[in-house]
Amino acid sequence: MAERQGRNSGEAVPAFPVAKLPGGAARNKRIRQVVIPYLFLLPFLVLFVAFLILPLAYALGISVFADRLVGGTVFIGAENYLRAIRDPAFLGGVARMLTFGAFQIPIMLGLALVLALVLDAGVTWFRTLFRLGFFLPYAVPSVVATLIWGYLYGQDFGPFAQLADRFGLPAPNFLSDSLVLASIANIVTWEFTGYNMIILYAALQAVPGELRDAGAVDGAKGWQVALYIKIPLIFPALLLTAVFSIIGTFQLFNEPQLMQPLAPGAIGQAFTPNLYAYSLAFTNQQYEYSAAISFALGAVVVVCSYVFMLLTSRREARG
Amino acid sequence: MAPITSRRGGPGGSQLTRVITTVLLGVFLVYSLLPLFYLVVSSTKDNTDLFTSFGLWFSSAFNLPGNLRDVFARDDGVYLNWLWNTTYYSISSAVGAAFVSTIAGYAFAKYRFPGRIPVFAVILGSIMVPQTALAIPTFLLLSKIGLIDTPLAVILPSLVSPFGVYLMRVYAEQSIPDDLLNAARVDGAGELRIFWSVALRVLMPGFVTVLLLSFVATWNNYFLPLVVLSTPELYPLTVGLASWNSLASAGGGAQPLYPLVITGALVSIVPIIVAFLFLQRYWQGGLTFGSLKD
Repeated sequence: MAERQGRNSGEAVPAFPVAKLPGGAARNKRIRQVVIPYLFLLPFLVLFVAFLILPLAYALGISVFADRLVGGTVFIGAENYLRAIRDPAFLGGVARMLTFGAFQIPIMLGLALVLALVLDAGVTWFRTLFRLGFFLPYAVPSVVATLIWGYLYGQDFGPFAQLADRFGLPAPNFLSDSLVLASIANIVTWEFTGYNMIILYAALQAVPGELRDAGAVDGAKGWQVALYIKIPLIFPALLLTAVFSIIGTFQLFNEPQLMQPLAPGAIGQAFTPNLYAYSLAFTNQQYEYSAAISFALGAVVVVCSYVFMLLTSRREARG
Repeated sequence: MAPITSRRGGPGGSQLTRVITTVLLGVFLVYSLLPLFYLVVSSTKDNTDLFTSFGLWFSSAFNLPGNLRDVFARDDGVYLNWLWNTTYYSISSAVGAAFVSTIAGYAFAKYRFPGRIPVFAVILGSIMVPQTALAIPTFLLLSKIGLIDTPLAVILPSLVSPFGVYLMRVYAEQSIPDDLLNAARVDGAGELRIFWSVALRVLMPGFVTVLLLSFVATWNNYFLPLVVLSTPELYPLTVGLASWNSLASAGGGAQPLYPLVITGALVSIVPIIVAFLFLQRYWQGGLTFGSLKD
């Protein structure tokens, strides 16, 4: 690094006097092409290695070792991972997230797409109000969103329970075993539909005017233009929102963790893989196994995102 | 981004369509704003009214000033600490992340250097690594070097924004002509100077976008500070509010905590909503930008 900085200070010399010397010019060029860009990348790369690569490597490292009473720290290879793939708690969490994603992601993105298409068609009043209002929940921290929805769901002073009570109906138990996953899905949908809508809306705005007009001239109806012209054109943006949603789903933590006190029976310590990793580390002090779960979860996410992109890009090429 | 022109008499331009679609969007608007309305209404109630009056409308007594006083007085004013911590963590992370991402994105966009493609591929791939999967390993690593339970434990990991680097690379590619840089080189300016006084000016809108995205991400972050901090005086708002909420849920305490959690939650989102409304052009700029290129 010292060498790099040394070369860099030489760079401050004006370029053209040096350029008269062929050797100096070559050196100068090399500095410009190699040293300078890495100097610019240095702050990011140092942080990237320290807080992304190293934690991952460390998690991998400690997950393949174990502290034994006899023999101290020993190499156990894939033992923690073999345990994870047979651990009903971990697998149950992954399966729950797959169920969650299979329902919540299409609903959220479907809503976002419809809202974006309607806004983009320009046939409604108050478009700015709608765009701002839909996006507003994204600015609310998920902690606050979960607290509010938790109160709204509440059996005691939640307004839904109060309304049901007024009409003499039994209060819906949003936090029961059967409904709690849907209740969490609703919170996530509330938080992120507007965010996804903005991404899709922006992509729609970039659809060239000639294409829209061509459809209209051919006598296509508004929904036909949307279905056959606009949606295929914004497919990459739709794909991006889907991949971000998949990543987000597997990371689910804040909402179930904060709702745990409200629904202790329905939300267990392994409700989501991330919650499981957290409980393993901070309740059970099983750091090695927790690291293995974190690492395995990261691998699941990367594989799922990759497979999803592979499948959809193949379909896109065919279509 | 230019507003779309209204296409009069275009597809679906009839009055009936207009009414139906407006109602449709109106329903979703109610869904989007209802929880926030509930929060505002509830923050004006004392503990008794919270349980006895109808949740979605105001009660006869207006107790917001009393609630605010309680929020800031509780535990020797720890809420003010949390507010300050959140502001401090968010601003440091945002400025740092924006600067580091901008200079890195600029390097990827404007220099052809060996290793450029693989290094960028690794950074892009890391967007897929779930941030929360990193929190526990980060905690373990930071405890090894004694950085745990310090502000740096929250700020340093928040400086890494692979998505920010990606955004700034795209932005720099599109907004800085090579001729501009070459002209500056002919004038004898050094590369650092060119970045500082030529490129950075052009990159400012992108810089502000990354700044805002990082600011919000840190302001709203819960998992990382929950894992790496244990001293209540160091908590950000999210972790602090959650700790009050779990006390409230545990119940039986001498002081009713629900009004505090609700009013504290309201106060915590006011700055971010104000920032969002005033700077929405930049936020949307960033989101749109990442998707357009892809």
